Amino acid sequence: MNAPLIIFFVLAAMAVVGALSLIIQRHPIHSALSLIVVMVALAGLYLLMGAEFVAAVQLIVYGGAIMVLFVFVIMLLNAGVEERTNLSKIAGFAGVPLAVALTGFLAAAVARSQDTVQAAAQTGATAPTKALANLLFQDFVYPFELTSFLILVAILGAIVLAAPRGES
Amino acid sequence: MVPTHYYLILSAILFGLGVIAFVFKRNIITIFMSIELMLNAVNLAFVAFSQALNKLDGQVFVLFVIVVAAAEATVGLGIIIMIVRNRQTLNVERVDLLKL
Repeated sequence: MNAPLIIFFVLAAMAVVGALSLIIQRHPIHSALSLIVVMVALAGLYLLMGAEFVAAVQLIVYGGAIMVLFVFVIMLLNAGVEERTNLSKIAGFAGVPLAVALTGFLAAAVARSQDTVQAAAQTGATAPTKALANLLFQDFVYPFELTSFLILVAILGAIVLAAPRGES
Repeated sequence: MVPTHYYLILSAILFGLGVIAFVFKRNIITIFMSIELMLNAVNLAFVAFSQALNKLDGQVFVLFVIVVAAAEATVGLGIIIMIVRNRQTLNVERVDLLKL
């Protein structure tokens, strides 16, 4: 067993345990901290795949900004332990088998598709950030500009939604 | 070199756990976090395919997904603050009216 495979299994176990912990924990702040563990593990996996820039963005934007926003809102709303109801038991009985079946189908489909993927040239070359920047600012420049518009609309929407009543 | 389908199967498992969290949790903030988990699982599949096919387009898509997730989190948490202000609860089962 070579080193990248060992690193992969450690990070994959970290991600799966974090995702399970997100489900098991009853308090939203514990779920949020579990999700941060998943995101850090995924950033490690991106590094393992040679996607350094995506790993950095994952850590800074996802693990940093978005999760801080979540934790901030949880503390702002003083969220407590979630309550159990009859409907949540029904959701467990019906939803969990369906979700497990969905996972099985997805895993079977991607496992079968491996031949076509492996057929493509796999040089294992790292992804240079410069090539990524060229792609982002040349081929994908219009979607990139559209995302800035999306963020502007999101900022306006957040201000309108969360502004105090009567003052907005 | 880790085989690509290992990453894809891990991505499927994380997506399935996200779906389970989505149907299982009653807290609206945790449901929102499970959506983020599913987006992360899809990002992992994008980067895995990008590496396997030796093309960078997948990584550009991941950047776009992260931007959309950030915008979605901002607006969604604003909506959650509105819900709590109007109904004084975070439980999705108590948010069952279209009017205030």
